[in-house]
Amino acid sequence: MATATIQPVERENYLNKHYGVGSWLFTTDHKRIALLYLISITFFFFIGGLFALLIRLELLTPAGDLVQADTYNKLFTMHGQVMVFFFLIPSIPAVLGNFLVPMMIGAKDLAFPRINLLSWYLYIIAGLMMVHCMLTGGVDTGWTFYTPFSTAFSNTKVIEAGLAIFVSGFSSILTGLNFVVTIHRMRAPGMTWSRLPLFIWAHYATSIIQILGTPVIAITLVLVVAERALHLGIFDPKLGGDPLLFQHLFWFYSHPAVYIMILPSMGVVTEIIACFSRKRIFGYSFVAFSSIAIAVFGFLVWAHHMFVAGISVYAALIFSILSYAVAVPSAVKVFNWTATLYKGSIHYDAPMLYAFGFVGLFTMGGLTGLFLAALGIDVHVTDTYFVIAHFHYIMVGGALMGYLGGMHFWWPKISGRLYPEGWARLAALIVFLGFNLTFFPQFILGYLGMPRRYFDYSHMPEFQVLNVLSTAGATVLGVGYLLPMIYFLWSMRYGKPAPDNPWNAAGLEWMTSSPPTTFNFETEPVVTWEAYNYDELDGGHKQEVKVAG
Amino acid sequence: MFDNFPLWPARASTAAGNVDALFIFLLIVSGMMTLLIFVAIMYFAARYRHRRGVLAEQIEGSTPLELTWSVIPFFVFMVIFAWGAVVYFKSRTPPRDSTEVYVVAKQWMWKLEHAEGQREINELHVPVGRDVKLIMTSQDVIHSFFVPAFRMKQDVLPGRYTVAWFRAIKPGTYHLFCAEYCGTQHSGMIGSIVVMEPSQFEAWMSGGTSGPLSATGEKIFAELGCATCHRSDTQGRGPNLQGVFGKPVQLADGRTVTADENYIRESILDPGAKIVNGFKPVMPTFQGLVSEEQLNALVAYVKSVSQPVATPMKTAATADQNNDKGSGSQVQ
Repeated sequence: MATATIQPVERENYLNKHYGVGSWLFTTDHKRIALLYLISITFFFFIGGLFALLIRLELLTPAGDLVQADTYNKLFTMHGQVMVFFFLIPSIPAVLGNFLVPMMIGAKDLAFPRINLLSWYLYIIAGLMMVHCMLTGGVDTGWTFYTPFSTAFSNTKVIEAGLAIFVSGFSSILTGLNFVVTIHRMRAPGMTWSRLPLFIWAHYATSIIQILGTPVIAITLVLVVAERALHLGIFDPKLGGDPLLFQHLFWFYSHPAVYIMILPSMGVVTEIIACFSRKRIFGYSFVAFSSIAIAVFGFLVWAHHMFVAGISVYAALIFSILSYAVAVPSAVKVFNWTATLYKGSIHYDAPMLYAFGFVGLFTMGGLTGLFLAALGIDVHVTDTYFVIAHFHYIMVGGALMGYLGGMHFWWPKISGRLYPEGWARLAALIVFLGFNLTFFPQFILGYLGMPRRYFDYSHMPEFQVLNVLSTAGATVLGVGYLLPMIYFLWSMRYGKPAPDNPWNAAGLEWMTSSPPTTFNFETEPVVTWEAYNYDELDGGHKQEVKVAG
Repeated sequence: MFDNFPLWPARASTAAGNVDALFIFLLIVSGMMTLLIFVAIMYFAARYRHRRGVLAEQIEGSTPLELTWSVIPFFVFMVIFAWGAVVYFKSRTPPRDSTEVYVVAKQWMWKLEHAEGQREINELHVPVGRDVKLIMTSQDVIHSFFVPAFRMKQDVLPGRYTVAWFRAIKPGTYHLFCAEYCGTQHSGMIGSIVVMEPSQFEAWMSGGTSGPLSATGEKIFAELGCATCHRSDTQGRGPNLQGVFGKPVQLADGRTVTADENYIRESILDPGAKIVNGFKPVMPTFQGLVSEEQLNALVAYVKSVSQPVATPMKTAATADQNNDKGSGSQVQ
């Protein structure tokens, strides 16, 4: 449905207004900062992906024959740390959120443009610390830093990694803070809360978690560093500490962090499904409030990671029942997306294929979460490949599918160019198939009992066939991820120039030029319509952007 | 057919059936939900694909429908929760008259001691049909005692006891894994649970089978390559073991100890602890590599080469019977 109209002269936009490295490194334009983030997180995605590839290659054969045991332990640790803290958490908020939040609400920029730039610099400092940590030996505690292994037994760079993640947390907090203030204070006239795109609601909920949760992981990591460096007895029983205290603190952030990764993705998918079925979202307010409900309940379920850790039976009962409570709003979202398709006019462009993929994979990830929240089953499957498969379905199948879908959907706006549609559809298909081939066998492996973080399974050769399937899938998946990177880069030079609204999509961001000018809008828009007014767009009733005053 | 490609784990404890039943229930429930959503999406996607001139029909939403698909899943979830809680509660409450086994975990081995005094490393022998309670602690980091065939897992923490229990229902040898990441050799911190018929177990416990052990030990001694260094002349890198047992040994640090069973055992598991005068500490540890039974066999072998007349071999029949006790089926 993309129809390109060639623009004879390139208009002034945020990309060509200024040139030179300085104009990027000192920019306060939210769109340029989004691109800085895009480049940085793509770098870390490559590193994290490389680690994943090596992990899968090692597991191709039962014997530990590709790398040393210690190397393998560092690989899965740094795969987790890089992917979680340096890719997934910043991914959609810092790139698409940064780019789109001001535009979607009709603002010129975020509320604090300089703090926005500061958050990128903090991210870069943290990233350099992490790279330095990896180059000087790395860390082998698992991304979870469990004590007392991390504080008293590991001989690796625990402090360096902990401090890198500590600094990256401030970047995350500042982004969340910026979004909350912007969404409260900078909405264009007429952009009421009930007219906000659901992408904004999702980012609002995400920001709340970032602001409230991240300080807890920061404090926890400081305590780990204190115990390791100064031998203060906090978590190590030999020093009088309690190792379970660490797990409570760690998961108090790290469970909600899953929602930092998945909520923005849900927001992206909501926009895509509305656009490509040409419909308003079914049950707007339920979808909006389910995001808030997920953010709130998400803080009350952390100890479901600890059912076999030695907590009391009664604590386990409470956390199990609360985990089912948080599953309800997630289910509500899936049902509403499905209902939105009903009587729509559905297009199959690449972003929609990613959105379909997201719903499918997120559904499977969510349903397998029901297994893990069931106390009796969790005892058997926790710390096995079942858990690995489950959270990859959410965090890779879900969050990454949404991220890629969003990148395709808004790429014409970001770059001013169209990506090659045929290749994009092919990539979406490859990612979907490759993902399932990689991670579905891991559910079976997990129920069979293969523990996670095993470098060598030569005493359990019965696990090999499923591991071979998984490694084969990872190879396919790798191709699926490389393709978009290649054709996005290609399109920046050779892609057809994008019209302002290639999808004929609703939303203020599509009423600006592609790419937008530095301050997004020529005049401040006045909003007189609901979000997702596809009836007006398709019925020929053109939206009017009234001038304020 | 599925020996190398199993799709379901062995079911060898009373808890396994309970967990599997709930798991199957969840497979059915989530399978139905998946089917419902996927069929709806695929049907809508095909039925309402874009056609020229046909506009989408705008639908605001429906509160009754929202309530329906919130409340029904909620009740289904509560059924799962309650069922899961019951299974969990059972698995966390050891019956009163359970047999007790003490478990000490350390990087990277399991040490088990039966209440009756039998010690094992990375291996636990239990009879069918008896409740066994594990009282566990760790010497260093957090480990986790995981037996997939029993659907049983419990983290083992330093500085405190954690408890788990099971009742085995099927003879066989089953995997024991450490499920909580614990450092370099985490994936080597594995072992077996050997479930035996009660009569065999009693025989195992009474330990009245020392006869053929020396022969088994000689085989293990050769398999592990011990003979490379511990040669029967004076040219080996390790001491000649002929005639050593029961005699005093001069150590490098000046002490003199008697070469008894514990000394041999320690020298295999922790060779650096007591170095014989005139030798270098070059022997690697066999901790985790030899089971308790193999260790016993090795000790018996070292004993046998110190006796003036070779130990008479037992009959093949006795040896077979002895071998039977750990069999039943392959490791599952």
